[in-house]
Amino acid sequence: MFNALRQASKSATLVRVARRPATAASPLRTFQSVRTVVTKRYTQDHEAVVFDDSTGVGTVAITDYAQSSLGDVVFVELPTVGSVVNQGDQIGAVESVKAASDIYAPVSGTVKEINEELNSQPGLLNKSPEGDGWLCKIELSDTEEITKLMTEDAYKEHCEH
Amino acid sequence: MSSRILAKTLTRSAHHAAKQARPTLRCMATESGALRKTGLYDFHVENGAKMVPFAGFSMPLSYGSVGAVASHHHVRKSAGLFDVGHMVQSNFLGPTATQFLEWITPSGLASLPPYSSTLSVLLNEHGGIIDDTVITKHASDAFYVVTNAGRRDRDLAWFKEKLEEWNKTDLAKKEGGVEHEILENWGLLALQGPEAAQVLQAYTSYDLTELTFGKSAYLTVEGFNLHVARGGYTGEDGFEISIPPAETIEVAKLLSKSPVQLTGLGARDSLRLEAGMCLYGQDLTEEITPIEAGLTWVIPKDRRETGNFIGAEGVRKHLKEGPPKRRVGLVVEGAPARQGATILHPETNEAIGAVTSGIPSPTLSKNIAMGYVRSGFHKKNTELLVEVRGKARNAKITGMPFVPTNYYRGSA
Repeated sequence: MFNALRQASKSATLVRVARRPATAASPLRTFQSVRTVVTKRYTQDHEAVVFDDSTGVGTVAITDYAQSSLGDVVFVELPTVGSVVNQGDQIGAVESVKAASDIYAPVSGTVKEINEELNSQPGLLNKSPEGDGWLCKIELSDTEEITKLMTEDAYKEHCEH
Repeated sequence: MSSRILAKTLTRSAHHAAKQARPTLRCMATESGALRKTGLYDFHVENGAKMVPFAGFSMPLSYGSVGAVASHHHVRKSAGLFDVGHMVQSNFLGPTATQFLEWITPSGLASLPPYSSTLSVLLNEHGGIIDDTVITKHASDAFYVVTNAGRRDRDLAWFKEKLEEWNKTDLAKKEGGVEHEILENWGLLALQGPEAAQVLQAYTSYDLTELTFGKSAYLTVEGFNLHVARGGYTGEDGFEISIPPAETIEVAKLLSKSPVQLTGLGARDSLRLEAGMCLYGQDLTEEITPIEAGLTWVIPKDRRETGNFIGAEGVRKHLKEGPPKRRVGLVVEGAPARQGATILHPETNEAIGAVTSGIPSPTLSKNIAMGYVRSGFHKKNTELLVEVRGKARNAKITGMPFVPTNYYRGSA
């Protein structure tokens, strides 16, 4: 229960972040966004995507499980804004002292925004991987892709294996 | 982010190295799949260690919630204790032990004073490095030798083969042969850091100011009679302490009290790389001669010219003609370059070498690496490129150690 609550509040944070551009752009969209459906899905490679159907944008992060396995993150390499990526493309990397781990695009689309904060504060990935430590936002070219990713329950099971 | 990587984070290689399936990963391969344990396995687990496979052993990567970076800094500022009991400890005993070891290594051991150590290399017939090792002379007929765990099978077979040959020689028959004794299951602890000496001094009446870098002695430490060698694998002042099997846990408990922190393989690798020290299997292999590896200094001048040791011909060829490639230090801009990253010519982008070890340095906050480049590109301040994730990054050849060493060479 506690866990679920925490998860919910985390998602809420991400939803706000994801919606901000739309809200600023058009009051009409704000109204529409009341009916926004936000979906959070996971990949086998320990990425999380929060998809907002009102903007068509997915916010990509690494999971808490991933950050704890990586240890102290000291460097994050992010994709270039505007680049077009296919699902599974390597779009960046997360580095601890020990090792580099590639980040793969969980969905296809266009990179709309990257988290510049990570350049100066890579440790955000450890502190708040699915919150302030988000990696990038991708405008999906095929929104169907999101539904094919793992649900939270499926991901939890994946981590236990 | 790959799930393969999450597993690999716990080992010592970067993703790209693994992708390229470089043979250098063999140092961590296990033959049977069953991992060996040092005498301190339970001690590590009790202390919250994250245990990982390394060189056929289950070894501590880190302890509790102490991250690799914090652990690294603690050793540079205070002191850390490392279990290095996976390494192979041996004695070579017998009237012709000096001559035997001067045959299987290029070192000058006749002139080495008793209770002194030297870094050395075992060479194959071509002059390639079978292993790097530290040899401690106790007397002309008694040597204590430490070799790498990852090379255990290769080294032990080599010692056996060469000893059989040696003990059939006229010299050995006339003056006496050599016997190899493996100190199986003995403990080996490395106490490292600027506060290591004061920690150890509290437990012994032996005046440690007498024991300078590269020297060793048998000390009584809280009633335990232990072989203590001053030196280590971090660039800091410190000691490597050899302990009989039954006493290892007690000594580890004693030496891990505050301010000393137990330190795992993660910090061990970043500390040794900052100190410019080689890791066998990555920075040294059988395809590399000591001349290429920048280890010419381990061979005394007279032995370079006339020494009769295994591999001498290959060594002399590289000395005379110059080595085709050389080990260098690099500082890389942008992203850390890891093992396997290609080093490129700054103008033509032609491949001229490869990185063998690389990390973001916790002490310097720069990306440091070592690797091999074609001779001619090895001079300090040469600007090159290193390819990381498909992008060429600027890099510059830098002298090593990257972080100055802090050895104790005497109070004067």
